[in-house]
Amino acid sequence: MASLTVTDEQVRATPAKVIQPAWVRVMHWINAFAMILMILSGWQIYNASPLFGFTFPRDYTLGGWLGGGLLWHFAAMWLLMVNGLAYLVTGFATGRFRKKLFPITPSGVLHDVRAALTFKLGHDDLTVYNYVQRLLYAGIIVVGVLIVLTGLGMWKPVQLHWLVMLFGDYPTARYIHFFCMAAICAFLVIHVLLALLVPKSLRAMIIGR
Amino acid sequence: MAKRSFLIPGVDKRLLIKDSIKTMPDVTRRRFIAGSASLGALTLLTGCDVVDSSSAEEMLKSVSKFNDAVQAFIFNPDALAPTFPESAITKPFPFNAYYDLDDAPDVSAADWKLEVRGLVDNKKSWTLDELHKLPQVTQITRHICVEGWSAIGSWTGTPLRDFLKLIGADTRAKYVWFQCADKDGYNSPLDMRSALHPQTQMTFKYANEILPRAYGFPVKIRVPTKLGFKNPKYVVSMEVTNDYKGGYWEDQGYNSFSGS
Repeated sequence: MASLTVTDEQVRATPAKVIQPAWVRVMHWINAFAMILMILSGWQIYNASPLFGFTFPRDYTLGGWLGGGLLWHFAAMWLLMVNGLAYLVTGFATGRFRKKLFPITPSGVLHDVRAALTFKLGHDDLTVYNYVQRLLYAGIIVVGVLIVLTGLGMWKPVQLHWLVMLFGDYPTARYIHFFCMAAICAFLVIHVLLALLVPKSLRAMIIGR
Repeated sequence: MAKRSFLIPGVDKRLLIKDSIKTMPDVTRRRFIAGSASLGALTLLTGCDVVDSSSAEEMLKSVSKFNDAVQAFIFNPDALAPTFPESAITKPFPFNAYYDLDDAPDVSAADWKLEVRGLVDNKKSWTLDELHKLPQVTQITRHICVEGWSAIGSWTGTPLRDFLKLIGADTRAKYVWFQCADKDGYNSPLDMRSALHPQTQMTFKYANEILPRAYGFPVKIRVPTKLGFKNPKYVVSMEVTNDYKGGYWEDQGYNSFSGS
């Protein structure tokens, strides 16, 4: 019996390991909120002049009309950019990116993709990202940077002309901006699905443990 | 060439008409936040009702004003819009308005005069012949629409800053406010620094031909450092003023500075 009883002292002596520090959790959820605002208002803007032969259903757009969508987009962009910049700075400064996302080796990725597809990829230790996670998380950061840069270029194609030139020209920046959105949406679907399949990872992103 | 071809679908004639209908001002759109089903979707997704319609609208208006200030701050009066060779011109250059081409203002040159008002020394009105005698320059620049599409065109006319000097405008004033012949009284304010930008032009010609009705005969103000809706067509008067007098689209929620 005694061995099954846990004293207060013992609990305090062995605190559960913090998987996601507070700054990661706060910035993650701010980003999620800002990103959803950006996507829904972006769909509204897309619908005013579609790049392809389809539009987004009105129910999944924000703002009611083009003008409203633009207001949301150019408001939420500040939240997305300030939060994203703070995340990048903190991620590099604390060494989190280096520790958690690197190295990404081709053999490691191949191995883990195969394991994932045969449902043999374990999540026993949530503090260590497997190679599929590393690739996706590092990749989505790159896409995030790209979508912000193309967006800024399209917002100020004269003042930030050099930024537009980096991507070719204004219409090309517009296409890249769209494909980055598509990549983020694809990521979002997989990310949410996997978080629901491994609920303890979702818990870690909410309460840290 | 390939680049031009993917511009065309965005400015397809039928699409444009559809867009025009969509962008018709109506009462429901003026309240751009209220009653939209998308808010329900947002509430569902975020799990909290963050967007009570009137407070959201106030918040968005404040951020838009903040964005005006940010854009004025980063506006470089010497930064030129990129120019292009003639081969890059988009053909046909799209007609775009909140009405069909058949409903576009049909201005008679004989009856038309450009009125000049406000903080200027010489308030004389200008006939088209008088304006056509002014020194002119040509620019081939990209017109970028608030809707996202863009098209490259060739515009010829007098730099607006030269005309402002000619009429003795007080260039310390905050705005040049344009009134147009469009139905519903289109108008738009242009901040003075943008009005004095070297590429801002009082345009009389498109592709070296007298401005056709579709592109704003008799006078268009071409501002390559602004979105298309801040490039007024069918201009009938300009007023140099310190008052913010609003504009057709600006009043409905498009960001007022809308600089490029």
